Amino acid sequence: MDSFEDTLRQLREAFNTGRTRTAEFRAEQLRGLSRFLRDHKQQLQEALAQDLHKSTFESEVSEIAISQAEVDLALRNLRSWMKDEKVSKNLATQLDSAFIRKEPFGLVLIIVPWNYPLNLTLVPLVGAIAAGNCVVLKPSETSKAIEKILAEILPRYLDQSCFAVVLGGPQETGQLLEHRFDYIFFTGNAYVGKIVMAAAAKHLTPITLELGGKNPCYVDDNCDPQTVANRVAWFRYFNAGQTCVAPDYILCSQEMQEQLVPALQNAVTRFYGDNPQTSPNLGRIINQKHFKRLQGLLGCGRVAIGGQSDENDLYIAPTVLVDVQETEPVMQEEIFGPILPLLTVKNLDEAIDFINRREKPLALYAFSKRSQVIKQVLARTSSGGFCGNDGFMHMTLSSLPFGGVGASGMGRYHGKFSFDTFSNQRACLLRSPGMEKINDLRYPPYSRRNLRMLLVAMQERSCSCTLL
Amino acid sequence: MKDESVSTNLLTKLSSAFIRKEPFGLVLIIAPWNYPLNLMILPLVGAIAAGNCVVLKPSEVSKNTEKVLAELLPQYLDQSCFAVVLGGPEETGQLLTHRFDYIFFTGSPRVGKIVMAAAAKHLTPITLELGGKNPCFVDDNCDPQTVANRVAWFRYFNAGQTCVAPDYILCSQEMQEQLVPALQNAITRFYGDNPQTSPDLGRIINQKHFKRLQGLLGCGRVAIGGQSDEGERYIAPTVLVDVQESEPVMQEEIFGPILPLVTVRSLDEAIDFINQREKPLALYAFSNNDQVVNQMLERTSSGGFGGNDGFLYLTLPTLPLGGVGNSGIGRYHGKFSFDTFSHQRACLLRSPGMEKLNDLRYPPYGPWNQKLLSWAMGSQSCILL
Repeated sequence: MDSFEDTLRQLREAFNTGRTRTAEFRAEQLRGLSRFLRDHKQQLQEALAQDLHKSTFESEVSEIAISQAEVDLALRNLRSWMKDEKVSKNLATQLDSAFIRKEPFGLVLIIVPWNYPLNLTLVPLVGAIAAGNCVVLKPSETSKAIEKILAEILPRYLDQSCFAVVLGGPQETGQLLEHRFDYIFFTGNAYVGKIVMAAAAKHLTPITLELGGKNPCYVDDNCDPQTVANRVAWFRYFNAGQTCVAPDYILCSQEMQEQLVPALQNAVTRFYGDNPQTSPNLGRIINQKHFKRLQGLLGCGRVAIGGQSDENDLYIAPTVLVDVQETEPVMQEEIFGPILPLLTVKNLDEAIDFINRREKPLALYAFSKRSQVIKQVLARTSSGGFCGNDGFMHMTLSSLPFGGVGASGMGRYHGKFSFDTFSNQRACLLRSPGMEKINDLRYPPYSRRNLRMLLVAMQERSCSCTLL
Repeated sequence: MKDESVSTNLLTKLSSAFIRKEPFGLVLIIAPWNYPLNLMILPLVGAIAAGNCVVLKPSEVSKNTEKVLAELLPQYLDQSCFAVVLGGPEETGQLLTHRFDYIFFTGSPRVGKIVMAAAAKHLTPITLELGGKNPCFVDDNCDPQTVANRVAWFRYFNAGQTCVAPDYILCSQEMQEQLVPALQNAITRFYGDNPQTSPDLGRIINQKHFKRLQGLLGCGRVAIGGQSDEGERYIAPTVLVDVQESEPVMQEEIFGPILPLVTVRSLDEAIDFINQREKPLALYAFSNNDQVVNQMLERTSSGGFGGNDGFLYLTLPTLPLGGVGNSGIGRYHGKFSFDTFSHQRACLLRSPGMEKLNDLRYPPYGPWNQKLLSWAMGSQSCILL
């Protein structure tokens, strides 16, 4: 019996009362989230600044506004998403009612990482609430300031019989995972993803795993280096590189590299000034452990831009590495920091082979003025998401599903995809209790004639035929 | 297969946003013995349509179909992309230590857990089509003969070896007294006075299951049938009454031509009974009163639901077939199969030019950048002032 048992039991009991089933209840919770974001905006920005040195701009754009947008989208569409979805019928079921009913799974667990601690809590939470579930939130103990707000303030804005925040580190999370949930939504790394899936397997719990990987960024010779440098740099150094969909490394020709490096320097200077450590717009590394890890990577290849670090500030300068070998540490793990290695390839084919030899990434980028090149990279690789000529803008569109493939994850969310993720799609067929004579066709003793007619009746309605 | 265009916001208006369907790569399909052709071919269709290569692992228990699948089917496919592998639990275990890009499993929850645990080692996505005890509620307000016909047909189809068959009936004592003779009528009509001689009644797959089912015949009291013949692996279409919840027939998925009737005092009691148990693959409710059917639907959960009939819903490819909770994860049939075996890749293609527009988002940040960007991101359909 551990500390979670009571909490989980209470949430299940609340779920079984049917409280979360009405649209009104769900909308009320969603409006609660809205009020939470509005009432505590400043506090949230301060907490994000404390945890990650996030600028107000980044907090607004990648944490607060994005969460608010998802809440608003869910509120606007809740009733239509909840509606039974009628489906087309065959001849045998013409007079019946056939539809897909969306139901909550029940008790959902959402495990959140530290890099976008508000966004990656609230956006899944919106989906789980909209779908009618009760939720246990496990924020990251690493992003302490936000964890505190989520634990102490967020619950006040939700019906606390149906939603709980639980705290703890890896050990507590392991204990939590021994319990049975009806859905587990995990964002984090692949190593822990496997542990989560193995724990889920014991209870046959469905899951979504939003993992990571090394997101390749191919830069064609035919492009404008400064434009590409601006775009890549922004997405790489956003949140000091601690973004699961950030471009992780560049693949380009030797010639392109020689143009890209000065262009990247221009971009870095433009964005963060001559001394980026003094820029209010550059984030910091989350903690000592990751700082040391990243500091170690600065020794790979050759530093072309940046390379400075300051332990007391958890500061790593926006860095570009060249002459990097595939075997070096910086190419062996997801960087998750403001370091951008450039690797040279001889041509597009070599780049594609390089990419395809490795695990499928969460995101893949290709820059070229020629759409044929973009299309080739897209057609000949696989990844969770893809953007041509830009970084992770595809994530800002709630009409696009966000998720990985292979080692970068399974499942997807954002917008309606979140609602679908947290819903059981129940197939329903309601027939008449009468008209039993028609069923004579299907009952034994079986005859060839009956069989023929039955097969016709089972066909798709759209082959519109006249019954002779 | 077509790219699916999606709506854009203001920031992406001039871009091309779509979802591209891609194959996962190498798919493993593990099929059971009860519908050995259907449960191999239907998933295979989805996997092929989605562009995958496939390893088929048919059940070694349905030996004749296994032989046909192993020897004849490959002749009709490009053998560089499709393979049939044979073996029992041990070989399947070995197979599962390898990495696949998708695993589609139909079978029992016990083995489902083993499959999911194996998939977890490689972060392989899965669909598990499992089973359970599918409840069948029969309201007092109904025509007993109609209900008996429908329930009997779906129960004894394939000698009861169907994952979505009604597993047990919940009804009032009064209803039970009307249902039993009606069920006898239905059985006699379908299979004759001596069902063992009917060409339309199936047999149990093997000795192990025959023995298991024979054991269940001792539960409660036999109201109809109860005969068995080991030489033929024949179990008569059977109805049991006075069954206790704790008896073996109510503890495991029956998967045979035995139908227990469990009495309840009310709809509420039936719903509580159902909800205390694992979520089933299918749930059935019979009533002339559609309010009653709707209440059953509203207050329970299951993979699929049939009102006033059995598993006819799975003949509609527009309805997804799949479980929830202990009865499974994922769904297929029709387009759902294609979607199951496809990775939905989010794609955004932007212009390499028009860099000036991006000034909005780059540091150094002023108060204007933030406001405009947030607004532009949130707006799905609006006019730029």
